[in-house]
Amino acid sequence: MKTQIDDLLNRPHNGNLAYTAKDFKPSVDVRWCAGCGSISVLSPAQRLMPELGIPKEKIVFISGIGCSGRFPYYMDTYGFHSIHGRALPIASGLKIARPDLSVWVVTGDGDNMSIGGNHFIHACRRNVDLNIMMFNNEVYSLTKGQYSPTSHRGQVTKSSPLGALDDPFNPVALALGAGATFVARGHDKDRTQLQQMLRRAYDHKGTAFVEIYNNCRIFNDGAFDLYTNADTRDNHTIFLEHGKPLIFGKTKNKGIILDGYTPRVVNLDQGEYSANDVLIHNEKDSTLAFILANMTYSEDLPRPMGVLQAIQRAPYEERVVNQIQHEIVTKGEGDLQSLLTGETSWLV
Amino acid sequence: MTKIFQHIEEATIRFAGDSGDGMQMVGTQFSETSGFAGNEVNTFPDYPSEIRAPEGTLYGVSAFQVHFGTRHIHTSGDLIDVLVVMNASSLKVNFANLRKGGIIIANTEGFDARNLGLAKYAANPLTDGSLKDYEVHVIDVAREIKDALGELTVASKLIAKTRNIFALGIAYWLYNRSLDPTITWINKKFKGKDDVILANIHALRAGWNYAEKSAAFQMQYVIDRSSLAPGRYRNITGNEAIAMGLVVAARKANLPLFLGSYPITPATDILHAISGYKKYGVKHLQAEDEIAGICSAIGAAFGGSLAATTTSGPGLSLKTEAMGLAVMVELPLIIVDVQRAGPSTGVPTKPEQSDLLMAMFGRHGEAPMPILSVANPADCFDVTLEAVRIALKYMTPVLLLSDGYIGQASEPWKIPSVASLPDITAYFSTDASTFAPYKRDEQTLRRQWAIPGFEGMEHRIGGLEKEDGSGNVSSDSANHEKMVKLRQEKIEGIAKDIPDAVVEGDQGGDVLMISWGSTYGAAKTAYERLKNNGYNLSFLHLRYLNPFPKNLGDILHRFDRVVVPELNMGQLQFLLQAKYLKAVTGIHKVQGKPFKSTELEEKLRQMLTENEIVL
Repeated sequence: MKTQIDDLLNRPHNGNLAYTAKDFKPSVDVRWCAGCGSISVLSPAQRLMPELGIPKEKIVFISGIGCSGRFPYYMDTYGFHSIHGRALPIASGLKIARPDLSVWVVTGDGDNMSIGGNHFIHACRRNVDLNIMMFNNEVYSLTKGQYSPTSHRGQVTKSSPLGALDDPFNPVALALGAGATFVARGHDKDRTQLQQMLRRAYDHKGTAFVEIYNNCRIFNDGAFDLYTNADTRDNHTIFLEHGKPLIFGKTKNKGIILDGYTPRVVNLDQGEYSANDVLIHNEKDSTLAFILANMTYSEDLPRPMGVLQAIQRAPYEERVVNQIQHEIVTKGEGDLQSLLTGETSWLV
Repeated sequence: MTKIFQHIEEATIRFAGDSGDGMQMVGTQFSETSGFAGNEVNTFPDYPSEIRAPEGTLYGVSAFQVHFGTRHIHTSGDLIDVLVVMNASSLKVNFANLRKGGIIIANTEGFDARNLGLAKYAANPLTDGSLKDYEVHVIDVAREIKDALGELTVASKLIAKTRNIFALGIAYWLYNRSLDPTITWINKKFKGKDDVILANIHALRAGWNYAEKSAAFQMQYVIDRSSLAPGRYRNITGNEAIAMGLVVAARKANLPLFLGSYPITPATDILHAISGYKKYGVKHLQAEDEIAGICSAIGAAFGGSLAATTTSGPGLSLKTEAMGLAVMVELPLIIVDVQRAGPSTGVPTKPEQSDLLMAMFGRHGEAPMPILSVANPADCFDVTLEAVRIALKYMTPVLLLSDGYIGQASEPWKIPSVASLPDITAYFSTDASTFAPYKRDEQTLRRQWAIPGFEGMEHRIGGLEKEDGSGNVSSDSANHEKMVKLRQEKIEGIAKDIPDAVVEGDQGGDVLMISWGSTYGAAKTAYERLKNNGYNLSFLHLRYLNPFPKNLGDILHRFDRVVVPELNMGQLQFLLQAKYLKAVTGIHKVQGKPFKSTELEEKLRQMLTENEIVL
């Protein structure tokens, strides 16, 4: 049903669509700490935007509270820095009301896994076409250093001086368990890879969840060094690529096989196993996605990075529109006067 | 059998039975038929929180009360003239409100030993003489339905299910009503189930005929048509009226409507109604919780929708942080609170007016928000349109206070012509060269509104304090104070844009009674009765609770005494005293029930004669 919004949005775009990353940098100072992982995520995001080929007024970044919350101020698009944990319902309402927009949610491990946890699981199951970038630094930084729902057991922080007693969420497993259609993990030290992953998230129709390991220099420095530093990451992470064998290691000498349902590392340079024995990644296999996600906190297995799952399910906002259209097609456009009159009325 | 007709002005009938006895349904039918007959009608559905409480229990009694008459029907009735009881517990629970000498229609099956035990009656009240001052009709309803079958065959399961309809038939006989509207309804409701239609129509006629033939029923009552303004009428509940008000307001504002909501008694019917409005292009989200309900609405408002969220007390508590955000980002938003008895889970199905101070102050920081209240179901439609007008004109969330009584009560509503309702303006800024998100309209202090999709107007909003004009984040102390004052001034300025409060009766003098929300009905009735009996009393109903109408202070100071009846411990009383430094007397009731007009009348009479109020 047309309203003035349709007319207002139908005005022709006058500006040049050939943007550069610079067009997405507003004239404000970036106020994250020097060396903050968030800064490393900002530039792939700014570089990605021109690639999308859409007018920048169609792009919205929505955040909650935490260091990640500042992100929208540093993107010269529409933006909404909301309240703690609530970026997802705000973004969902916006996208349902305005399917024409590209809606991005920037959140953190505290914002999204703790205070906003309920919204997160429901966003995953509902599958509104949102792109969620979750900056995971395994600590509350804006409140100056308390343990978060992704902190590991025993982590010493200001609120756990003797070590945290909680076990952490595994964000990608939580997303899969909640029914997310697109689940990926990247980190702040590989901008090219991250930019590709964000592009995949954008292309995915439905809720796309990207967990981004994000080093906090001040309160949890080095938390991801094993998985992100050039000298260790090859042996401790595995980058998942659809249709490719699960091979990793500095010399590509290790692979993952399935022992029953349990993934196991095998050596490929000792004659017993070859690349042909290794598990092949399939983004569309939800069972495999769970198995891979559960490798996360295993000490014997590399940490999975890349796209764990990308499956298709109609985005929620599309179903909303279809339901309305179906109703209008089958019953005719509603007449407000007959709505008010109702089924039973009488004349006085 | 010779019957006598008696003309009366008004009557109150109450149908009471188990939750599963279909009392809400027959009550609704009786009120619709009374509307058809041209009466003024006001109803009160009164049901327990339990969905299907154990049969026969005192706490499982569900009732529907209909007050109907020729004129001045502002409440659902104080005392019951006719009480239909399907079991002993229904009699026990409702007896206290039965008028002395009133009629009781009792279904004998519900008065067996088991039911009497559940109702904690030591002896059967129908036979022990305790009801000798009343006109009691003891009827074995199922047997009578069966006996009247004649050639017809109706399954005994269906006979049991139509006992309520039989009782309705008797009620129609008592008030000389046509059966046609209900027969039409039965045919529509059970379309395709011929046996059910047959059983229901049979029971309805059997009830009517039973009364017609019985020697015990001698008097039939006639209530003349009301002198309602000519036009087309329907019955409407407050919740339905708000749902329709939102759809119509969106159309009048030429905006898409979005409802983000979470089910909660007694507001859920608004969500039910709007979720069925798909062919009007309405979008809704049944969110994962109350917070997501309002936040999704804020998101939709950011995108240019007319957005609303609906809730009741506990939900409003959960929404408060997001309401503060809506104040900060200055987006239009309608928040409907259908109040119920609190605190905490309280008495979920019972009305109260105890959220006013939360509506006013229940947010951290200085977070002023316009508050409107509704007086009755029909008023809900108009007030919703007004709330939308204010929200769009001032770029502000607006809180609309209804309550469980108004939400579920129904009354005839003169159906407005959609075409003749005024348009509502949404103020978009479309010129990028002059745009700044917090640049304000000089007159209203409304900020500029540009939505995603407007080229060259990309900007960021959020919960952090804004720099005046640019809307950039600012923690500058002078700017913060300026912004706090601007937001306050904006809301206070709405007083210039709303109608003055109107005093009924003398414009100054001894006593002024002020009502708000659903206390309107009982207060207005009490006022009319006292006035007719020569008492000098004035009356004022407040629709606008924040800001108050600009002449309210003057009015208050023209009276020696001001009295405010409200279903709380004195919340409007508190606001009036604080704002106008005028002593206000409160009449408070927190029993999960509306005021009776007679109880207000009595208290005011004392106040007027004894020169002091006895509470």
